[in-house]
Amino acid sequence: MAIIRADGVSIRYMTGDFKDIGLKEYVVRRLQGKYQVKEFWADRDVTFALEKGDMLGIIGTNGAGKSTLLKAVSGIMVPTKGHMEINGTIAALLELASGFDKELTVRENTYLRGAMLGYTRKFMDEKYEEIIAFAELQDFQDRPFKQLSSGMKSRLAFSIACLVNPDILILDEVLSVGDGAFRKKSGDKMRQILSGGVTGILVSHSISQVREMCNKILWLDHGRQIYFGDETETVCNAYEEFLITKRLPDNWEDMERMSAATLTRKEQDARTARSEEARKLESLLESGQSESAVEAAVCILRRQRPDLLSIEARCEDPSSHKH
Amino acid sequence: MKYLKKVRDKVSRYRFLFEELTLRDFKQKYKRTVLGMGWSLLSPLLQLLVMSLVFSQFFGRNTPHYTIYLFCGNLVFSYYRESTNGGMNALMANAQIFTKVNVPKYLFLLSKNVSSLINFGLNLCVFFLFVLFDGIAFGPHFLALLYPITCLVVFNLGVGLILSALFVFFRDITYLYDVFTLLLNYMSAIFYTVESFSPTVQRLFLCNPIYCYIKYFRVVVLEGNIPSLPFHLLCAFYAVAVAAIGGFIYKKYNHTFLYYV
Repeated sequence: MAIIRADGVSIRYMTGDFKDIGLKEYVVRRLQGKYQVKEFWADRDVTFALEKGDMLGIIGTNGAGKSTLLKAVSGIMVPTKGHMEINGTIAALLELASGFDKELTVRENTYLRGAMLGYTRKFMDEKYEEIIAFAELQDFQDRPFKQLSSGMKSRLAFSIACLVNPDILILDEVLSVGDGAFRKKSGDKMRQILSGGVTGILVSHSISQVREMCNKILWLDHGRQIYFGDETETVCNAYEEFLITKRLPDNWEDMERMSAATLTRKEQDARTARSEEARKLESLLESGQSESAVEAAVCILRRQRPDLLSIEARCEDPSSHKH
Repeated sequence: MKYLKKVRDKVSRYRFLFEELTLRDFKQKYKRTVLGMGWSLLSPLLQLLVMSLVFSQFFGRNTPHYTIYLFCGNLVFSYYRESTNGGMNALMANAQIFTKVNVPKYLFLLSKNVSSLINFGLNLCVFFLFVLFDGIAFGPHFLALLYPITCLVVFNLGVGLILSALFVFFRDITYLYDVFTLLLNYMSAIFYTVESFSPTVQRLFLCNPIYCYIKYFRVVVLEGNIPSLPFHLLCAFYAVAVAAIGGFIYKKYNHTFLYYV
Protein backbone atom coordinates (compact mmCIF):
# COMPACT_ATOMS: atom_id res chain seq x y z
CA MET A 1 0.00 0.00 0.00
CA ALA A 2 1.25 3.45 -0.87
CA ILE A 3 2.18 5.66 2.06
CA ILE A 4 1.45 8.83 0.12
CA ARG A 5 -0.65 8.93 -2.99
CA ALA A 6 -1.51 12.12 -4.81
CA ASP A 7 -4.09 11.72 -7.53
CA GLY A 8 -4.42 14.63 -9.93
CA VAL A 9 -3.93 17.12 -7.12
CA SER A 10 -4.64 20.73 -8.05
CA ILE A 11 -4.49 23.57 -5.58
CA ARG A 12 -5.95 26.97 -6.16
CA TYR A 13 -4.95 30.07 -4.28
CA MET A 14 -7.25 33.03 -4.05
CA THR A 15 -5.45 36.28 -4.59
CA GLY A 16 -6.61 39.81 -5.10
CA ASP A 17 -7.04 42.83 -2.94
CA PHE A 18 -9.44 41.22 -0.49
CA LYS A 19 -6.73 40.80 2.11
CA ASP A 20 -6.48 43.43 4.80
CA ILE A 21 -9.53 45.32 3.66
CA GLY A 22 -12.07 45.92 6.37
CA LEU A 23 -15.75 45.19 6.39
CA LYS A 24 -16.58 48.81 5.50
CA GLU A 25 -14.25 48.78 2.50
CA TYR A 26 -15.61 45.39 1.47
CA VAL A 27 -19.17 46.64 1.47
CA VAL A 28 -18.23 49.77 -0.49
CA ARG A 29 -16.36 47.78 -3.13
CA ARG A 30 -19.16 45.27 -3.43
CA LEU A 31 -21.62 48.10 -4.01
CA GLN A 32 -19.37 49.66 -6.63
CA GLY A 33 -18.77 46.30 -8.22
CA LYS A 34 -15.04 46.70 -7.83
CA TYR A 35 -14.55 43.66 -5.64
CA GLN A 36 -12.35 41.21 -7.47
CA VAL A 37 -10.87 37.89 -6.51
CA LYS A 38 -8.33 36.34 -8.80
CA GLU A 39 -7.58 32.68 -9.00
CA PHE A 40 -4.10 31.35 -9.01
CA TRP A 41 -3.34 27.68 -9.51
CA ALA A 42 -0.26 26.84 -7.48
CA ASP A 43 -0.40 23.19 -8.49
CA ARG A 44 -2.12 21.62 -11.44
CA ASP A 45 -2.82 17.95 -11.76
CA VAL A 46 0.12 16.56 -9.80
CA THR A 47 0.18 12.78 -9.50
CA PHE A 48 2.65 10.66 -7.62
CA ALA A 49 2.81 7.76 -5.19
CA LEU A 50 5.43 6.87 -2.59
CA GLU A 51 6.01 3.50 -0.99
CA LYS A 52 7.54 2.91 2.40
CA GLY A 53 11.22 3.86 2.44
CA ASP A 54 11.01 6.10 -0.58
CA MET A 55 12.70 9.47 -0.53
CA LEU A 56 11.18 11.94 -2.94
CA GLY A 57 13.05 15.01 -4.05
CA ILE A 58 10.94 17.86 -5.37
CA ILE A 59 12.77 20.24 -7.68
CA GLY A 60 11.65 23.33 -9.50
CA THR A 61 12.34 27.03 -9.66
CA ASN A 62 10.78 29.56 -7.30
CA GLY A 63 7.01 29.60 -7.57
CA ALA A 64 6.83 26.10 -8.97
CA GLY A 65 4.34 25.07 -6.30
CA LYS A 66 6.66 22.95 -4.19
CA SER A 67 5.81 24.38 -0.80
CA THR A 68 2.12 24.43 -1.60
CA LEU A 69 2.28 20.76 -2.47
CA LEU A 70 3.97 20.07 0.86
CA LYS A 71 1.20 21.95 2.62
CA ALA A 72 -1.30 19.67 0.95
CA VAL A 73 0.66 16.59 1.98
CA SER A 74 0.85 17.73 5.58
CA GLY A 75 -2.88 18.47 5.64
CA ILE A 76 -2.67 22.23 6.12
CA MET A 77 -4.36 22.76 2.78
CA VAL A 78 -6.84 20.55 1.02
CA PRO A 79 -6.57 20.01 -2.74
CA THR A 80 -9.08 22.06 -4.70
CA LYS A 81 -9.31 19.17 -7.13
CA GLY A 82 -8.01 15.66 -6.96
CA HIS A 83 -7.30 13.48 -4.02
CA MET A 84 -4.51 13.09 -1.50
CA GLU A 85 -4.17 9.92 0.49
CA ILE A 86 -1.84 9.71 3.47
CA ASN A 87 -1.21 6.59 5.54
CA GLY A 88 0.89 7.36 8.58
CA THR A 89 1.96 10.07 10.97
CA ILE A 90 3.68 13.11 9.55
CA ALA A 91 6.42 15.28 10.94
CA ALA A 92 6.51 18.31 8.72
CA LEU A 93 9.39 20.70 8.87
CA LEU A 94 7.98 23.66 7.05
CA GLU A 95 9.94 26.82 7.63
CA LEU A 96 11.50 25.55 10.79
CA ALA A 97 12.07 28.48 13.05
CA SER A 98 8.64 30.06 12.79
CA GLY A 99 5.78 29.34 15.15
CA PHE A 100 7.77 29.62 18.35
CA ASP A 101 6.64 31.99 21.05
CA LYS A 102 9.36 34.47 21.83
CA GLU A 103 8.25 35.15 25.40
CA LEU A 104 8.29 31.53 26.49
CA THR A 105 11.46 29.79 27.60
CA VAL A 106 13.30 27.24 25.50
CA ARG A 107 11.90 24.42 27.62
CA GLU A 108 8.31 25.62 27.28
CA ASN A 109 8.71 26.13 23.57
CA THR A 110 10.09 22.63 23.18
CA TYR A 111 7.05 21.15 24.84
CA LEU A 112 4.68 23.35 22.87
CA ARG A 113 6.26 22.39 19.57
CA GLY A 114 6.22 18.75 20.58
CA ALA A 115 2.52 19.05 21.31
CA MET A 116 1.92 20.66 17.93
CA LEU A 117 3.66 17.82 16.17
CA GLY A 118 1.28 15.45 17.94
CA TYR A 119 3.41 13.83 20.60
CA THR A 120 2.28 13.03 24.13
CA ARG A 121 3.59 14.61 27.31
CA LYS A 122 5.11 11.31 28.42
CA PHE A 123 6.99 11.02 25.16
CA MET A 124 8.29 14.57 25.46
CA ASP A 125 9.40 13.94 29.06
CA GLU A 126 11.44 11.01 27.82
CA LYS A 127 12.92 12.77 24.83
CA TYR A 128 13.46 16.25 26.25
CA GLU A 129 17.04 15.77 27.46
CA GLU A 130 18.01 14.18 24.19
CA ILE A 131 16.49 17.00 22.17
CA ILE A 132 18.27 19.69 24.15
CA ALA A 133 21.54 17.80 24.02
CA PHE A 134 21.28 17.37 20.25
CA ALA A 135 20.49 21.07 19.79
CA GLU A 136 23.43 21.88 22.13
CA LEU A 137 21.27 24.24 24.15
CA GLN A 138 21.84 22.85 27.65
CA ASP A 139 22.86 26.24 29.01
CA PHE A 140 19.85 28.01 27.53
CA GLN A 141 16.96 25.88 28.74
CA ASP A 142 15.34 28.51 30.93
CA ARG A 143 16.17 31.54 28.80
CA PRO A 144 13.37 33.32 26.97
CA PHE A 145 13.28 32.23 23.38
CA LYS A 146 13.88 35.75 22.06
CA GLN A 147 17.40 35.72 23.49
CA LEU A 148 18.46 32.89 21.19
CA SER A 149 20.32 33.46 17.96
CA SER A 150 18.55 32.45 14.78
CA GLY A 151 20.94 29.53 14.32
CA MET A 152 20.06 28.24 17.78
CA LYS A 153 16.35 28.49 17.00
CA SER A 154 16.69 26.45 13.85
CA ARG A 155 18.81 23.92 15.69
CA LEU A 156 16.13 23.47 18.31
CA ALA A 157 13.39 23.15 15.72
CA PHE A 158 15.36 20.59 13.77
CA SER A 159 16.11 18.56 16.88
CA ILE A 160 12.50 18.45 18.03
CA ALA A 161 11.25 17.30 14.67
CA CYS A 162 13.97 14.73 14.10
CA LEU A 163 14.33 13.02 17.43
CA VAL A 164 11.02 11.32 16.98
CA ASN A 165 10.06 8.53 14.73
CA PRO A 166 7.51 9.69 12.22
CA ASP A 167 6.32 7.51 9.34
CA ILE A 168 6.57 10.43 6.98
CA LEU A 169 9.15 13.20 7.16
CA ILE A 170 8.73 16.37 5.16
CA LEU A 171 11.75 18.60 4.78
CA ASP A 172 11.49 22.03 3.24
CA GLU A 173 14.96 23.51 2.78
CA VAL A 174 16.03 22.44 6.22
CA LEU A 175 19.29 20.69 5.71
CA SER A 176 21.12 23.96 5.66
CA VAL A 177 20.59 24.64 9.32
CA GLY A 178 23.10 26.00 11.79
CA ASP A 179 26.87 26.25 11.48
CA GLY A 180 29.14 23.81 9.67
CA ALA A 181 29.51 21.37 12.55
CA PHE A 182 25.79 21.20 13.15
CA ARG A 183 25.07 20.89 9.46
CA LYS A 184 27.17 17.77 9.34
CA LYS A 185 25.49 16.38 12.46
CA SER A 186 22.03 17.09 11.10
CA GLY A 187 22.91 15.54 7.76
CA ASP A 188 24.07 12.39 9.51
CA LYS A 189 20.94 12.31 11.61
CA MET A 190 18.81 12.68 8.52
CA ARG A 191 20.50 9.81 6.76
CA GLN A 192 20.09 7.70 9.87
CA ILE A 193 16.36 8.43 9.98
CA LEU A 194 15.99 7.69 6.29
CA SER A 195 17.80 4.38 6.60
CA GLY A 196 15.25 3.43 9.24
CA GLY A 197 12.53 3.01 6.61
CA VAL A 198 10.84 6.39 6.91
CA THR A 199 9.16 7.87 3.87
CA GLY A 200 10.48 11.30 3.12
CA ILE A 201 9.91 14.28 0.94
CA LEU A 202 12.71 16.75 0.42
CA VAL A 203 12.38 20.14 -1.18
CA SER A 204 15.75 21.61 -1.92
CA HIS A 205 17.44 24.02 -4.25
CA SER A 206 20.61 22.03 -3.84
CA ILE A 207 20.66 19.51 -6.68
CA SER A 208 23.56 17.61 -5.16
CA GLN A 209 21.49 17.02 -2.03
CA VAL A 210 18.67 15.59 -4.10
CA ARG A 211 21.08 13.40 -6.06
CA GLU A 212 22.57 12.09 -2.87
CA MET A 213 19.46 11.40 -0.84
CA CYS A 214 16.52 10.75 -3.12
CA ASN A 215 15.45 7.70 -5.07
CA LYS A 216 12.37 9.33 -6.58
CA ILE A 217 12.09 12.71 -8.14
CA LEU A 218 9.29 15.12 -8.94
CA TRP A 219 9.92 18.09 -11.17
CA LEU A 220 7.42 20.93 -11.00
CA ASP A 221 7.31 24.05 -13.11
CA HIS A 222 4.72 26.75 -12.53
CA GLY A 223 2.51 24.17 -10.89
CA ARG A 224 2.70 21.71 -13.74
CA GLN A 225 4.27 18.33 -13.31
CA ILE A 226 7.21 17.85 -15.70
CA TYR A 227 8.30 14.48 -14.43
CA PHE A 228 7.75 11.97 -11.68
CA GLY A 229 9.67 8.74 -11.42
CA ASP A 230 12.89 7.16 -10.28
CA GLU A 231 15.32 8.30 -12.99
CA THR A 232 16.89 10.66 -10.48
CA GLU A 233 20.25 11.11 -12.19
CA THR A 234 18.89 11.83 -15.67
CA VAL A 235 16.27 14.24 -14.41
CA CYS A 236 18.72 16.06 -12.18
CA ASN A 237 21.05 16.49 -15.14
CA ALA A 238 18.23 17.67 -17.33
CA TYR A 239 17.11 20.10 -14.65
CA GLU A 240 20.57 21.59 -14.48
CA GLU A 241 20.46 22.05 -18.25
CA PHE A 242 17.05 23.69 -17.87
CA LEU A 243 18.46 26.13 -15.31
CA ILE A 244 20.87 27.35 -17.99
CA THR A 245 18.75 27.22 -21.13
CA LYS A 246 15.37 27.93 -19.47
CA ARG A 247 13.77 25.47 -21.86
CA LEU A 248 11.57 22.65 -20.55
CA PRO A 249 11.87 19.17 -22.02
CA ASP A 250 8.97 18.14 -24.28
CA ASN A 251 9.27 14.41 -23.79
CA TRP A 252 11.53 11.75 -22.38
CA GLU A 253 13.94 11.79 -25.37
CA ASP A 254 14.31 15.49 -24.87
CA MET A 255 14.99 14.90 -21.20
CA GLU A 256 17.73 12.42 -22.03
CA ARG A 257 19.18 14.79 -24.58
CA MET A 258 19.27 17.54 -21.96
CA SER A 259 20.85 15.20 -19.49
CA ALA A 260 23.53 14.25 -22.00
CA ALA A 261 24.10 17.93 -22.71
CA THR A 262 24.72 18.53 -19.03
CA LEU A 263 27.17 15.66 -18.84
CA THR A 264 29.08 16.94 -21.86
CA ARG A 265 29.12 20.41 -20.46
CA LYS A 266 30.34 19.14 -17.13
CA GLU A 267 33.13 17.20 -18.75
CA GLN A 268 34.08 20.25 -20.72
CA ASP A 269 33.96 22.36 -17.60
CA ALA A 270 36.18 19.87 -15.83
CA ARG A 271 38.64 19.90 -18.71
CA THR A 272 38.67 23.67 -18.82
CA ALA A 273 39.19 23.78 -15.09
CA ARG A 274 42.09 21.35 -15.34
CA SER A 275 43.91 23.23 -18.06
CA GLU A 276 43.21 26.48 -16.26
CA GLU A 277 44.83 25.12 -13.15
CA ALA A 278 47.74 23.68 -15.08
CA ARG A 279 48.36 27.06 -16.60
CA LYS A 280 48.20 28.69 -13.20
CA LEU A 281 50.65 26.23 -11.70
CA GLU A 282 52.96 26.57 -14.63
CA SER A 283 53.14 30.30 -14.25
CA LEU A 284 53.69 29.85 -10.56
CA LEU A 285 56.60 27.49 -11.14
CA GLU A 286 58.09 29.64 -13.82
CA SER A 287 58.09 32.72 -11.67
CA GLY A 288 60.10 30.88 -9.00
CA GLN A 289 63.83 30.13 -9.00
CA SER A 290 64.14 28.06 -12.15
CA GLU A 291 66.27 25.30 -10.63
CA SER A 292 64.05 24.71 -7.57
CA ALA A 293 60.93 24.89 -9.74
CA VAL A 294 62.19 22.00 -11.84
CA GLU A 295 63.09 20.11 -8.68
CA ALA A 296 59.57 20.62 -7.31
CA ALA A 297 58.05 19.43 -10.57
CA VAL A 298 60.22 16.29 -10.53
CA CYS A 299 59.28 15.65 -6.90
CA ILE A 300 55.59 15.79 -7.72
CA LEU A 301 56.06 13.60 -10.76
CA ARG A 302 58.00 11.05 -8.76
CA ARG A 303 55.21 10.85 -6.23
CA GLN A 304 52.19 10.88 -8.53
CA ARG A 305 53.29 9.66 -11.97
CA PRO A 306 56.45 7.57 -11.56
CA ASP A 307 55.73 5.94 -14.95
CA LEU A 308 56.36 9.24 -16.73
CA LEU A 309 59.63 9.70 -14.87
CA SER A 310 61.02 6.29 -15.76
CA ILE A 311 60.50 7.00 -19.45
CA GLU A 312 62.34 10.28 -19.04
CA ALA A 313 65.04 8.52 -17.09
CA ARG A 314 65.58 5.99 -19.88
CA CYS A 315 65.96 8.79 -22.41
CA GLU A 316 68.54 10.51 -20.28
CA ASP A 317 70.40 7.28 -19.59
CA PRO A 318 73.89 8.49 -20.57
CA SER A 319 73.81 11.45 -18.20
CA SER A 320 72.93 9.26 -15.25
CA HIS A 321 75.91 7.01 -16.04
CA LYS A 322 78.31 9.80 -15.29
CA HIS A 323 78.22 8.99 -11.59
CA MET B 1 -20.89 4.90 19.12
CA LYS B 2 -18.44 5.36 16.30
CA TYR B 3 -18.80 9.10 16.57
CA LEU B 4 -18.14 8.96 20.31
CA LYS B 5 -14.99 6.98 19.74
CA LYS B 6 -13.83 9.51 17.19
CA VAL B 7 -14.37 12.32 19.67
CA ARG B 8 -12.50 10.42 22.38
CA ASP B 9 -9.59 9.80 20.02
CA LYS B 10 -9.44 13.47 19.19
CA VAL B 11 -9.54 14.49 22.84
CA SER B 12 -6.71 12.18 23.83
CA ARG B 13 -4.72 13.21 20.78
CA TYR B 14 -4.97 16.93 21.33
CA ARG B 15 -5.08 17.08 25.12
CA PHE B 16 -1.36 17.73 25.45
CA LEU B 17 -1.47 20.51 22.87
CA PHE B 18 -4.49 22.04 24.58
CA GLU B 19 -2.73 22.03 27.94
CA GLU B 20 0.41 23.57 26.50
CA LEU B 21 -1.53 26.27 24.65
CA THR B 22 -3.48 27.09 27.79
CA LEU B 23 -0.29 27.41 29.80
CA ARG B 24 1.18 29.63 27.11
CA ASP B 25 -1.85 31.92 27.03
CA PHE B 26 -1.79 32.15 30.79
CA LYS B 27 1.87 33.09 30.85
CA GLN B 28 1.41 35.58 28.05
CA LYS B 29 -1.42 37.22 29.88
CA TYR B 30 0.11 37.57 33.28
CA LYS B 31 3.76 37.81 32.17
CA ARG B 32 4.75 35.68 35.14
CA THR B 33 3.85 38.40 37.62
CA VAL B 34 1.83 38.00 40.78
CA LEU B 35 0.51 41.49 40.33
CA GLY B 36 -0.88 40.62 36.91
CA MET B 37 -3.20 38.12 38.45
CA GLY B 38 -4.13 40.46 41.31
CA TRP B 39 -4.92 43.23 38.89
CA SER B 40 -7.42 41.12 36.99
CA LEU B 41 -9.28 40.72 40.32
CA LEU B 42 -8.87 44.30 41.37
CA SER B 43 -9.94 45.95 38.14
CA PRO B 44 -13.57 44.71 38.16
CA LEU B 45 -13.82 45.66 41.83
CA LEU B 46 -12.67 49.18 41.10
CA GLN B 47 -15.13 49.36 38.24
CA LEU B 48 -17.86 48.21 40.60
CA LEU B 49 -16.85 50.85 43.10
CA VAL B 50 -17.03 53.63 40.53
CA MET B 51 -20.34 52.46 39.17
CA SER B 52 -21.94 52.09 42.57
CA LEU B 53 -20.70 55.54 43.59
CA VAL B 54 -22.16 57.10 40.46
CA PHE B 55 -25.38 55.19 40.00
CA SER B 56 -26.46 54.58 43.60
CA GLN B 57 -27.86 58.11 43.64
CA PHE B 58 -29.97 57.56 40.52
CA PHE B 59 -31.06 53.94 40.61
CA GLY B 60 -30.02 52.65 44.00
CA ARG B 61 -32.79 54.24 46.05
CA ASN B 62 -35.56 51.90 45.01
CA THR B 63 -33.41 48.79 44.50
CA PRO B 64 -32.57 46.71 47.55
CA HIS B 65 -29.04 45.30 47.59
CA TYR B 66 -28.14 47.64 44.75
CA THR B 67 -24.39 46.78 44.94
CA ILE B 68 -25.16 43.10 44.44
CA TYR B 69 -27.60 43.96 41.68
CA LEU B 70 -24.82 45.89 39.96
CA PHE B 71 -22.26 43.18 40.65
CA CYS B 72 -24.43 40.52 38.96
CA GLY B 73 -24.48 42.56 35.81
CA ASN B 74 -20.81 43.44 35.91
CA LEU B 75 -19.76 39.87 36.66
CA VAL B 76 -21.57 38.38 33.69
CA PHE B 77 -20.83 41.21 31.31
CA SER B 78 -17.11 41.50 32.05
CA TYR B 79 -16.71 37.76 31.54
CA TYR B 80 -18.53 38.04 28.23
CA ARG B 81 -16.42 40.99 27.13
CA GLU B 82 -13.11 39.49 28.15
CA SER B 83 -13.84 36.12 26.66
CA THR B 84 -15.03 37.41 23.30
CA ASN B 85 -12.39 40.10 22.97
CA GLY B 86 -9.70 37.55 23.69
CA GLY B 87 -11.36 35.01 21.45
CA MET B 88 -11.55 37.40 18.53
CA ASN B 89 -7.76 37.49 18.31
CA ALA B 90 -7.29 33.77 18.86
CA LEU B 91 -6.96 32.80 15.21
CA MET B 92 -4.91 35.75 13.97
CA ALA B 93 -2.46 35.56 16.86
CA ASN B 94 -1.73 31.95 15.98
CA ALA B 95 -1.59 32.36 12.22
CA GLN B 96 2.11 31.55 12.34
CA ILE B 97 1.24 28.16 13.74
CA PHE B 98 -1.76 26.99 11.76
CA THR B 99 -0.22 27.95 8.43
CA LYS B 100 2.72 25.66 9.20
CA VAL B 101 1.30 22.81 11.22
CA ASN B 102 -1.95 20.95 10.82
CA VAL B 103 -3.74 21.45 14.14
CA PRO B 104 -7.44 21.96 14.85
CA LYS B 105 -7.94 25.70 14.86
CA TYR B 106 -10.67 25.82 17.50
CA LEU B 107 -8.05 24.74 20.07
CA PHE B 108 -6.59 28.25 20.00
CA LEU B 109 -9.97 29.66 20.94
CA LEU B 110 -10.61 27.07 23.65
CA SER B 111 -7.24 27.65 25.30
CA LYS B 112 -7.77 31.40 25.22
CA ASN B 113 -11.14 30.95 26.88
CA VAL B 114 -9.73 28.95 29.75
CA SER B 115 -7.89 31.92 31.22
CA SER B 116 -10.95 34.16 31.02
CA LEU B 117 -13.01 31.39 32.62
CA ILE B 118 -10.53 31.16 35.48
CA ASN B 119 -10.74 34.91 35.86
CA PHE B 120 -14.50 34.64 35.96
CA GLY B 121 -14.25 31.94 38.65
CA LEU B 122 -12.10 34.21 40.82
CA ASN B 123 -14.51 37.07 40.39
CA LEU B 124 -17.37 34.74 41.25
CA CYS B 125 -15.69 33.95 44.57
CA VAL B 126 -15.40 37.66 45.34
CA PHE B 127 -19.03 38.03 44.32
CA PHE B 128 -20.09 35.40 46.84
CA LEU B 129 -18.09 37.19 49.53
CA PHE B 130 -20.00 40.37 48.75
CA VAL B 131 -23.27 38.46 48.86
CA LEU B 132 -22.33 37.12 52.28
CA PHE B 133 -21.41 40.56 53.61
CA ASP B 134 -24.61 42.02 52.28
CA GLY B 135 -26.56 39.62 54.47
CA ILE B 136 -28.19 37.59 51.71
CA ALA B 137 -28.89 34.02 52.81
CA PHE B 138 -27.04 31.27 50.96
CA GLY B 139 -29.10 28.23 50.10
CA PRO B 140 -29.10 25.13 47.94
CA HIS B 141 -30.87 27.13 45.22
CA PHE B 142 -27.49 28.82 44.53
CA LEU B 143 -26.51 25.57 42.82
CA ALA B 144 -28.88 26.56 40.02
CA LEU B 145 -26.31 29.21 39.07
CA LEU B 146 -24.35 26.43 37.41
CA TYR B 147 -26.96 26.48 34.66
CA PRO B 148 -26.50 30.06 33.43
CA ILE B 149 -22.74 29.71 33.88
CA THR B 150 -22.69 26.69 31.59
CA CYS B 151 -24.87 28.50 29.07
CA LEU B 152 -22.62 31.53 29.27
CA VAL B 153 -19.47 29.49 28.67
CA VAL B 154 -21.00 27.90 25.57
CA PHE B 155 -22.41 31.21 24.40
CA ASN B 156 -19.05 32.96 24.78
CA LEU B 157 -17.32 30.18 22.90
CA GLY B 158 -19.82 30.50 20.08
CA VAL B 159 -19.41 34.26 19.85
CA GLY B 160 -15.64 33.75 20.01
CA LEU B 161 -15.79 31.33 17.08
CA ILE B 162 -17.81 33.75 14.98
CA LEU B 163 -15.70 36.77 15.88
CA SER B 164 -12.33 35.10 15.39
CA ALA B 165 -13.41 33.92 11.94
CA LEU B 166 -14.76 37.36 11.03
CA PHE B 167 -11.57 38.97 12.28
CA VAL B 168 -9.54 36.89 9.84
CA PHE B 169 -11.69 38.14 6.96
CA PHE B 170 -12.25 41.73 8.09
CA ARG B 171 -9.62 43.38 10.24
CA ASP B 172 -11.76 46.36 11.18
CA ILE B 173 -14.27 44.14 12.94
CA THR B 174 -12.49 44.93 16.20
CA TYR B 175 -13.60 48.61 16.09
CA LEU B 176 -17.11 47.73 15.08
CA TYR B 177 -17.26 45.19 17.87
CA ASP B 178 -16.12 47.77 20.41
CA VAL B 179 -19.10 49.90 19.47
CA PHE B 180 -21.35 46.87 19.61
CA THR B 181 -20.09 45.95 23.07
CA LEU B 182 -20.79 49.44 24.33
CA LEU B 183 -24.31 49.26 22.95
CA LEU B 184 -24.82 45.83 24.48
CA ASN B 185 -23.57 47.15 27.80
CA TYR B 186 -26.28 49.82 27.88
CA MET B 187 -28.92 47.38 26.67
CA SER B 188 -28.25 44.78 29.31
CA ALA B 189 -29.77 46.60 32.27
CA ILE B 190 -26.55 46.38 34.21
CA PHE B 191 -27.01 49.48 36.35
CA TYR B 192 -30.70 50.24 35.88
CA THR B 193 -33.84 48.21 36.40
CA VAL B 194 -36.31 47.33 33.66
CA GLU B 195 -39.39 47.73 35.87
CA SER B 196 -39.89 51.32 34.76
CA PHE B 197 -40.41 50.22 31.14
CA SER B 198 -43.70 49.03 29.65
CA PRO B 199 -44.28 45.21 29.62
CA THR B 200 -43.70 45.10 25.86
CA VAL B 201 -40.28 46.72 26.16
CA GLN B 202 -39.50 44.47 29.11
CA ARG B 203 -40.19 41.49 26.88
CA LEU B 204 -37.91 42.94 24.22
CA PHE B 205 -35.08 42.82 26.73
CA LEU B 206 -35.35 39.04 26.60
CA CYS B 207 -34.00 39.17 23.05
CA ASN B 208 -30.64 40.03 24.57
CA PRO B 209 -28.91 36.81 25.69
CA ILE B 210 -26.58 38.64 28.07
CA TYR B 211 -29.55 40.25 29.78
CA CYS B 212 -31.11 36.80 30.21
CA TYR B 213 -28.03 35.40 31.90
CA ILE B 214 -27.75 38.43 34.17
CA LYS B 215 -31.44 38.15 35.02
CA TYR B 216 -30.99 34.49 35.93
CA PHE B 217 -28.26 35.46 38.40
CA ARG B 218 -30.43 38.17 39.92
CA VAL B 219 -33.47 35.94 40.28
CA VAL B 220 -31.45 33.32 42.12
CA VAL B 221 -29.32 35.59 44.27
CA LEU B 222 -31.61 38.52 45.00
CA GLU B 223 -35.05 36.93 44.86
CA GLY B 224 -34.02 33.52 46.16
CA ASN B 225 -35.97 31.90 43.32
CA ILE B 226 -35.33 29.67 40.36
CA PRO B 227 -36.59 30.98 37.00
CA SER B 228 -39.30 29.24 34.98
CA LEU B 229 -38.73 26.38 32.57
CA PRO B 230 -39.29 28.46 29.41
CA PHE B 231 -36.66 30.89 30.64
CA HIS B 232 -34.24 27.98 31.01
CA LEU B 233 -34.99 26.91 27.47
CA LEU B 234 -34.43 30.43 26.20
CA CYS B 235 -31.01 30.58 27.87
CA ALA B 236 -30.00 27.23 26.39
CA PHE B 237 -31.37 28.19 22.97
CA TYR B 238 -29.15 31.28 22.70
CA ALA B 239 -26.05 29.35 23.74
CA VAL B 240 -26.63 26.40 21.41
CA ALA B 241 -27.66 28.55 18.47
CA VAL B 242 -24.60 30.79 18.64
CA ALA B 243 -22.25 27.85 19.18
CA ALA B 244 -23.81 26.04 16.22
CA ILE B 245 -23.34 29.05 13.94
CA GLY B 246 -19.74 29.43 15.08
CA GLY B 247 -19.02 25.74 14.63
CA PHE B 248 -20.55 25.81 11.16
CA ILE B 249 -18.38 28.77 10.12
CA TYR B 250 -15.25 27.03 11.36
CA LYS B 251 -16.14 23.83 9.60
CA LYS B 252 -16.92 25.59 6.36
CA TYR B 253 -13.94 27.94 6.27
CA ASN B 254 -11.44 25.67 8.03
CA HIS B 255 -9.17 25.56 4.99
CA THR B 256 -9.95 29.06 3.74
CA PHE B 257 -8.54 31.00 6.68
CA LEU B 258 -5.11 30.29 5.28
CA TYR B 259 -5.61 32.58 2.30
CA TYR B 260 -6.44 35.60 4.40
CA VAL B 261 -3.56 35.75 6.86
